[in-house]
Amino acid sequence: MPKITFKIDGKQCTAEDGQNLVEAAADNHVYIPTLCHMKGEKCLGTCRVCMVKVNGKDMAGCTLSVSEGMEVTFDTPELNDKRKALIEMLFVERNHFCPSCEKSGRCDLQALAYRFKMHIPRFRYRYPFFEVYSKVDKLMLEHNRCILCQRCVEFIRDPDTNRKIFSMRNRTNKSMIQVDYRLANKMSEEQIDKAVAICPVGAIIKKGQGFDEAYGQRKYDQHPIGYEVDGGTNSK
Amino acid sequence: MPQKITIDPVTRVEGHGKVTIRLDDAGHVEQARLHIVEFRGFERFVQGRPYWEVPVLVQRLCGICPVSHHLAGAKAVDEIVGVKPSTGTQLTKPAEKLRRLMHYGQMFQSHVLHFFYLCSPDLVFGVDGDIATRNIVGIAQAAPELATKAILMRKFGQEIIKATAGKKIHGISAVPGGIHKNLSIEERDYFLNGKDIPNIDTMIEWSAEAVAFFKDFHAKNQTWSDTFAAHNSAHMGLVSKDGGMDFYHGNLRVVDSTGRVLLDDVDYHHYLDHLGEETKSWSYMKFPFLKLQGSQDGWYRVGPLARVNVCDYIPSKLANEEYEIMRAYTHGKPNNMTMHYHWARLIETLHAAEVMKELLNDPDLQKTNLITKGTKTAEGIGVIEAPRGTLLHHYRVGADDRVTMCNLIVSTTHNNNAMNAAVTQAALDMMEGNTTITEPMMNGIEVAIRAYDPCLSCATHALGQMPLEVTLIDSKDNVLDVRVR
Ligand code: SF4
Repeated sequence: MPKITFKIDGKQCTAEDGQNLVEAAADNHVYIPTLCHMKGEKCLGTCRVCMVKVNGKDMAGCTLSVSEGMEVTFDTPELNDKRKALIEMLFVERNHFCPSCEKSGRCDLQALAYRFKMHIPRFRYRYPFFEVYSKVDKLMLEHNRCILCQRCVEFIRDPDTNRKIFSMRNRTNKSMIQVDYRLANKMSEEQIDKAVAICPVGAIIKKGQGFDEAYGQRKYDQHPIGYEVDGGTNSK
Repeated sequence: MPQKITIDPVTRVEGHGKVTIRLDDAGHVEQARLHIVEFRGFERFVQGRPYWEVPVLVQRLCGICPVSHHLAGAKAVDEIVGVKPSTGTQLTKPAEKLRRLMHYGQMFQSHVLHFFYLCSPDLVFGVDGDIATRNIVGIAQAAPELATKAILMRKFGQEIIKATAGKKIHGISAVPGGIHKNLSIEERDYFLNGKDIPNIDTMIEWSAEAVAFFKDFHAKNQTWSDTFAAHNSAHMGLVSKDGGMDFYHGNLRVVDSTGRVLLDDVDYHHYLDHLGEETKSWSYMKFPFLKLQGSQDGWYRVGPLARVNVCDYIPSKLANEEYEIMRAYTHGKPNNMTMHYHWARLIETLHAAEVMKELLNDPDLQKTNLITKGTKTAEGIGVIEAPRGTLLHHYRVGADDRVTMCNLIVSTTHNNNAMNAAVTQAALDMMEGNTTITEPMMNGIEVAIRAYDPCLSCATHALGQMPLEVTLIDSKDNVLDVRVR
């Protein structure tokens, strides 16, 4: 794959031609936050937290491929505030109660809220009513925490039929994830563990797992999110 | 003219309460009530949550004794995952010892907080001392050494909690069937070597000094200590199989005010057979009673004084010596003197320190077999002796692992009737024959309540700030006077 050069905030970067921008940025030690994109996987473009400016337009970074001479604006007060606003919207949209969530300390949404120094969201809490979906034998779907990133929809499929186990239902603010519980009951332990791991929040939980890591040893207790990319050089 | 005096809210207790004292035409105390006016409803919103969230969620009831709720919740959900001694499956030794260390650390810091920060101003400066200095800042100025020790003792207890639970407040380590972290050698040595903080031996020494401090106070103020807000009652607490004091586990024992054993060796799983709860329109806090004696006469006390009254001995040397002295003061009979709660609390502080020392030196705490699982069940009950007394958590869980029922009887709720009795007695002691209400009188009422170290936020599952307002109302509800401080 031929190498190209492009710029992020004036910093000269190199990448493979056509490489996904979020991944290319990471290879150049620039952490563009995202809650839906997964390295090497197809772009979902659902969370928009990876927002950048290219040619004067706001765009989701994970939907872009880099090309020779491309100039990307990422770290500006305006874009950082928009990203922070998006995170705040995710918090007010459902009922995120971190103190009793087993994903606390290893939750991408919580970690980004810390990174963006979110204290009180600027938006009104909506307090929607959701029941925990618990009919599947080995997992629960905690809708109160779901950010509708759709990772589970795309990347967790029935191995025999490739059919989706998780899918989207309804539209706009009625949107929610539904589970094909027959397929879900066929999931292997490994596949359940994968679903729990790729869910960026505590929406997919394995029954009985709970708080299995000590405080101080959880993923984001040691280093903030994005540390492995930028070494903590940028707080946004 | 009949009068009603309102003390609202009560200060230096955890939470928010309000006291009304109704005087009749002649100025005699007619009735005194402690109203609990806040409501939080944890029992309802735990419903529907996955059972393993219980220990972490319910501890949010309180910022002062979260460990007690964390562990009572954990004991209940242990049973959900099939860890229940009566079925032959129990916690591993290291898991139980680590939980005990967490709990005794909590007992230590909570008792120190209560005695030194909240109560000692009344004892050092007197109930009628100058209100400007009758607080912890006044203590820091008048007795800086005492204040410094209090701060370091509290810190020690909090560091024990942090080392075992992960955080000083609202840790996450007790999980169904065990605990998810042990105590490393470095963590242990922090408490033993005295390099960074005064070590556990110093804690024992200072705790013994605290007991001596109370005994000295008592010698100088014997009449007041023995009679103020005193009233007869039954006493309830957990005791170990052989009758020893045990804060973490045991069976229920109840003795009456004369020492007659009303209940003994009661497995707390049968609490519903023995305890009833009554609601009253003027308080959000329920009124528990012994079914044996009915709602009128069946009330009892819990907490340090009750524990000293129900146990046969304290299983640590120095605390047991002090226990013997305290028991001898009432000739081996139950002690019904409300102000002696402080005495009992400090003996328990000493005991907690001694137990922490024993546990810190136990190599089991570095072991890694920390979690047990058995056959799942649909119901779990956890009872523990919290700093303020017996704490009961009861849950039922559906086949889908979500909580369907939660019943909590917290320590302060057990003491509800007793606190009302203490308020009445204090009102009789201080108000009788008076037509004007002074600040020391108001404080006297509060001193009676504070002896119980009530956590009103736990009791109503509520939280509040505590400025003080006193309203004087006649029998026709005309406000005669309002005092705000
Ligand atoms: S359940 Fe998790 S992975 Fe699935 S859409 Fe919701 S947040 Fe994303």
